[in-house]
Amino acid sequence: MTLPETSETREAVRLTIDGAPVEVRPGATLLEACRQMGTDVPTLCYLETLTPVNVCRICVVEVERNRTLVPACSRIAEEGMVVKTDSDRVRHSRKMILEFLGSSVDLSAAEDEVGEWMRQYQAEPARYGPQSEPTVAGERDRRHPGHHGEVNGRTAEGVHQPTKVDNTLYVRDYSRCILCYKCVEACGIDAQGTYAIAVAGRGFDARISTEMDLPLGDGACVFCGNCIGVCPTGALMFRSEWELRRAELWDPDAQSVTRTVCSYCGVGCNLELHTQDNRIVKVTSPQDHDVTSGHLCIKGRFGYDYVQNLGDVDRSSIDEVLAKARRPAPE
Amino acid sequence: MDLRFTDAQPTAAEREAVESVLGPAGMDSHQRIRTASNLRIFATGMQSVSDRRHLLLPALETVQSEIGWVSEGALMHICRELSVPPAEAWGVATFYSLISVDPSPPVVLHVCDDIVCRRAGALDLMEGLESNGRTPGVRWLPSPCLGQCDRAPAAYIQRAGEEDGVLVSMDPQTRPIGPDGGVISSNGHHPSAAVPQAGEPHLRLLRRVGAVNPRSLDSYLEAGGYRALEAAVEMGPAAVVAEIKASGLRGRGGAAFPAWIKWEAVADSPDPVRYLICNADESEPGTFKDRVLMEDDPFSVIEAMTISGHAIGARQGYLYIRGEYPLATRRLRSAIDQARRAGLLGESTRSGISFDIDLRRGQGAYICGEETALMNSIEGLRGEPRNKPPFPTVSGLFGKPTVINNVETLCNVLDIVTDGGAAFASVGTPQSTGPKLFCLSGSVRRPGTYEVEFGATLGDLIELAGGLPEGRRLRAVLLGGAAGSFVLPDLLEMPLTFEAASEAGVSLGSGVIMAFDQHTDFGDILARIAAFFRDETCGQCVPCRVGTVRVEEALARIRRDPQPGDLELIEDIDLAMRDASICGLGHTAAIALRSALELGLLE
Amino acid sequence: MDDAEVVILWGSNARAAHPIFFHRIIRAVRRGATLFCVDPRRSESAEWADLWLGIDVGSDIALSNAVAREILANRLENREFIERATLNFDEYAESVEEWTLERGEEVTGVPAEAIRSLAHTYAKADRAQLCWTLGITEHHNATDNVLALINLALLCGHVGRYGSGLVPLRGQNNVQGGGDMGAIPNKFPGFQDVESDEIRGRFETAWNASVPPRKGLHLTQMFEAMEEGHLRGLYVIGENPAESEADVNRARGLLEGLDFIVVQDIFLTRTAQMADVVFPAAADWCEAEGTVTSSERRVQRVRPALRPPGEARTDSHIICSLATAMGRDWGLPAAEEVWDEMRSLSPMHGGMSYRRLEENGGLQWPCYDEDHPGELFLHSRLWANPPGGPLAPFFPVEWVPPVDRLTEDYPTRLTTGRHLDSYNTGVQSGSMKSPIRIGGTIDISPEDCTEWGVSEGEEVRVTSRRGSITVPARVDESLRPGLVFMSLHFPEEVDINQLTIEAWDPKSGTAEFKATAVRVEKMPAQVG
Repeated sequence: MTLPETSETREAVRLTIDGAPVEVRPGATLLEACRQMGTDVPTLCYLETLTPVNVCRICVVEVERNRTLVPACSRIAEEGMVVKTDSDRVRHSRKMILEFLGSSVDLSAAEDEVGEWMRQYQAEPARYGPQSEPTVAGERDRRHPGHHGEVNGRTAEGVHQPTKVDNTLYVRDYSRCILCYKCVEACGIDAQGTYAIAVAGRGFDARISTEMDLPLGDGACVFCGNCIGVCPTGALMFRSEWELRRAELWDPDAQSVTRTVCSYCGVGCNLELHTQDNRIVKVTSPQDHDVTSGHLCIKGRFGYDYVQNLGDVDRSSIDEVLAKARRPAPE
Repeated sequence: MDLRFTDAQPTAAEREAVESVLGPAGMDSHQRIRTASNLRIFATGMQSVSDRRHLLLPALETVQSEIGWVSEGALMHICRELSVPPAEAWGVATFYSLISVDPSPPVVLHVCDDIVCRRAGALDLMEGLESNGRTPGVRWLPSPCLGQCDRAPAAYIQRAGEEDGVLVSMDPQTRPIGPDGGVISSNGHHPSAAVPQAGEPHLRLLRRVGAVNPRSLDSYLEAGGYRALEAAVEMGPAAVVAEIKASGLRGRGGAAFPAWIKWEAVADSPDPVRYLICNADESEPGTFKDRVLMEDDPFSVIEAMTISGHAIGARQGYLYIRGEYPLATRRLRSAIDQARRAGLLGESTRSGISFDIDLRRGQGAYICGEETALMNSIEGLRGEPRNKPPFPTVSGLFGKPTVINNVETLCNVLDIVTDGGAAFASVGTPQSTGPKLFCLSGSVRRPGTYEVEFGATLGDLIELAGGLPEGRRLRAVLLGGAAGSFVLPDLLEMPLTFEAASEAGVSLGSGVIMAFDQHTDFGDILARIAAFFRDETCGQCVPCRVGTVRVEEALARIRRDPQPGDLELIEDIDLAMRDASICGLGHTAAIALRSALELGLLE
Repeated sequence: MDDAEVVILWGSNARAAHPIFFHRIIRAVRRGATLFCVDPRRSESAEWADLWLGIDVGSDIALSNAVAREILANRLENREFIERATLNFDEYAESVEEWTLERGEEVTGVPAEAIRSLAHTYAKADRAQLCWTLGITEHHNATDNVLALINLALLCGHVGRYGSGLVPLRGQNNVQGGGDMGAIPNKFPGFQDVESDEIRGRFETAWNASVPPRKGLHLTQMFEAMEEGHLRGLYVIGENPAESEADVNRARGLLEGLDFIVVQDIFLTRTAQMADVVFPAAADWCEAEGTVTSSERRVQRVRPALRPPGEARTDSHIICSLATAMGRDWGLPAAEEVWDEMRSLSPMHGGMSYRRLEENGGLQWPCYDEDHPGELFLHSRLWANPPGGPLAPFFPVEWVPPVDRLTEDYPTRLTTGRHLDSYNTGVQSGSMKSPIRIGGTIDISPEDCTEWGVSEGEEVRVTSRRGSITVPARVDESLRPGLVFMSLHFPEEVDINQLTIEAWDPKSGTAEFKATAVRVEKMPAQVG
């Protein structure tokens, strides 16, 4: 069998990273090169399965003869490049980016690495002052590009706002959104091809939005959940997870993840069932599996209610679990 | 694509507006026109979908200008017509400040409150507008610099279904809008005021201003127009590029990049499809020189673009002009039409080449002056800059090799072709060749666009503009615009060349020279600059999106009670924005502020 | 799929029914592939196509033959491949000779120019994939439909090469695996013939038991056997024939007439409610250990994430316990032990140890030994010179219209299909709270709605030659006049199989769900 020519058949590119020589395949990014030699580069908006948008800028590295730092996630390695991944300039920019995000966004549900980087780069989001008050629901969605309101510098303006709960399957908490564009890419060009969401507005008022800020179910959304699958900060969440968290019943330590195959059509999508107390609380798909690349459809992602166990034989939905299990409010 | 649209339908007027741009409703669009054949076969596919995406902004712009705002029905209609996902179209529409997605009155006044206008009474004017109560059918909004600093204060006026316009030299004490919604202030165009040197014999770039009728191709031809194109066609593309190289011409938009490098790269590209873009999105606060060229000498812009297209092998050029320049837009459109009719543009023109120009209007976004943001804007995407590399010469507009030059840069091409690169290079200094336009504004007697040879000093320019008014003493100059830096009078002797500026650690930027006297409230000006960048950042990358907010907040604290921590903070932020932002906006957003703080202008 | 130049989706709305597979189609399309969609409806999938061909229901063979004739008339066939690797070509060429573009258009309703375009593009492509689903197979002549498509692939050599092939998309997560494991009347695991003495002998030795030397009955034959009185008892595992059979009233009557029914299922289905004994089963994909095989022949492991509820047990536990109760002590073997026994008997699964399945994220059969990487695609042998093994025959097929004819009394064609957020009879997907659920409706073109005076949401009566139901109407722009559509997801509310016809394909046993003749009527206004 003949396969098309791949880049592996062409000659390798040699460069230097932090003083050490490295050879990579032609077309490899600096991030790939760094990972190949075991050098840690933080990333937020980058995902193997999506086109790099290089907007978070936390992966910046220093390349000799470049005026500015360059994003490792999308810069292609060139012969003879001399790269530094841990220079003062690199550390400074990463620290500032973490401070910018930490001072404007709720990162409390972000991937664990974010907290580690905060410590590693000694980020102090608090030095910009106390957080501004959350905006009222929908206010940020109506902002027009151009002039903004008075700024007094007494608080650090953030994106805090009420969570959008407008359907039975997802919640969108844009207080946690760092605008990494991953959800937009997974919904649109890089996987699902549905284009239910896009970035709207401009500048600090830029936000992820449906057309006219419609509730998700009124727009193009097909509830595949692939946006949730790629969200690094918990801004997009399964309603089941969100409800459990609200009820203080979400317990990662009590959860296990089991890999299996979807029970619906014959494509063979791999599922990771996240279970807690013998119930499915979340469904993901492994990104490194070539059938799904981490993406699922509504049935695979949410169609598990029929096996949810309650007590002995009762198979019903998460809401009923909650109704039974919700802890009494503290006195 | 299996796109989903809401049921909202356009009004007849909206439908007509869209049709004027896109033509009759398309059979292969998502309109789902039901004919016997469409119920059996339907041909669409990704290619035909993406082929028309670039018409999104023109369609939105036309609805905005005809109806006064873009309703859900109009948006859905455009989306169905162009097969654009509604969420994406919403993302594009809400990116531009001149497009309203909320119901708007028929008249909207965008009052400039930027540096020069606010010092010329814009704030009083706005207060008057506010306290005099609402005029039915009229709304006013504050606006960033409108490029009318030589006749401040100014306002840009959108009128639904009618031509838009600009109000200049307004009396701050008088309301510009009458009770009936009519415009009271005159909108006279005074070229002599904008170009005090008009008619002087030594002028090159400005020599036709006031001497040639900008509305008439014949007038332009009589004054020697299109001889450069004739010469260029005779020379052949390679020779034109060689002359550009010999001329040493460097870009006049701010980056000062040698023009020939771009031209040669695209001319030598293996890809047969290439584009030329004229960047006429002149939005740097304090800049208005390109407007002067476009308003008063539009044919030279068209001729220069044609020569450039010929030299680099492009058959299609785009002229992207900021929306707030209605007069320049009308004159250029008319110039393009006349040139087409005369066989000077289009397929196989009488000069034997095929080149045409599409004029695109920006819709209120400073960032679209950034070359790759401009390309995205033309393509119907949000005006977000792209990461470079790849550079536009490799992958530019529609992913094709592209030369993008500023208006003034291109206009220099005419003399280079006619007189030769060497003659051009003999003007100015070895590293800064040719004539240069500067925009004088602020505390000078005769604000306007001035042409000098490279080598003139900052003091010379201020002198040319008549110096400062009686009793005013020069305190500082903002050089290069909001993205430039403040300098003190000790640099008056500095020649305004790329090399001297670079040595002094400043930039000529787009040629802004904004003079400030001893009565200036620099705190207010810096706050305006900080607010400007916060408003105008696209918001794509974290350093710039949040950094511009944090700079503004720190400045507010400094103005109240300077603390060492805040000064340090601004330095920290500036460094990260310079190092880690995607584009020039972030790289330069805090430079002016830092220079002012370092020079002690706030003290 | 990613590298195909041309993709044809024929009788498949993969966008809704196989969404993750459709991601691959999108990827191919973005890389420049041309997508054709052959479907009576302008479905979600068709919206992505470069060309949608809105065929008349049941005219697939006519279209295929017309495509073939156009290819031959323009000498676009792959002569070299045909001569080296196929049989029966002349007979085939002769059989399609009458199918001019004009005749194709007349029978299929698709304009000749579109048929021509599909023919030329498919034939000229270097790499082309031809995919189908139930739009091809849920017909009385399902096998002929499939053969018609295979003929096209053979004609152009679009088989057995990287990026070129025939892609039947499976509707269930393990329908392929069921066949692989011998859950078909005439095969042992690995598609080995039950009626071969040699093969049967091997299994008998391994199992230490005798196996009946004749093939069994498939589902549709079973119902015929019930009707004739030969079949008196039924053991039903994970099927719900009391709801899923076409002409369901007849099916229910026959089930009721049986002496004894055992049902093993995770739900108390309608069939289970009729049973004498019900074994509550564990859900195989999340409460049991085992393997499933996907459409691309990829065997993958499933694992228990949940404890089964109550007394539910895994299928193998129930079957083995039953064996014990019947006097043969099979013990309770682990899933891997069962699997290892199976692969010792099925050569094409030989190399698929649990360890390798784990390491490779699944393997595609055939995989003969533990050094074999599995096969990305089949039939590459046809490209060897001479081809290894038997040549691939063309099968001339004749177009026969759907059994349920359109007449004055039943003038409208009803076809069926799937919604994105629902699945088959809805027993699994029904409890999901989908924000985009449409529910059980009859979808009607805007023109017919106007003609019949029916508006969105209005209950209408739908009558076929077999039954009559009422159902809410939904205006659907993807349909043309004369064509209505229903999903099969909501049997409780809308018992569509009261309408469908029990005409079935004698070769494969599938029923003609896709083509029913109906009459849609506005309900008489309520009085008072």
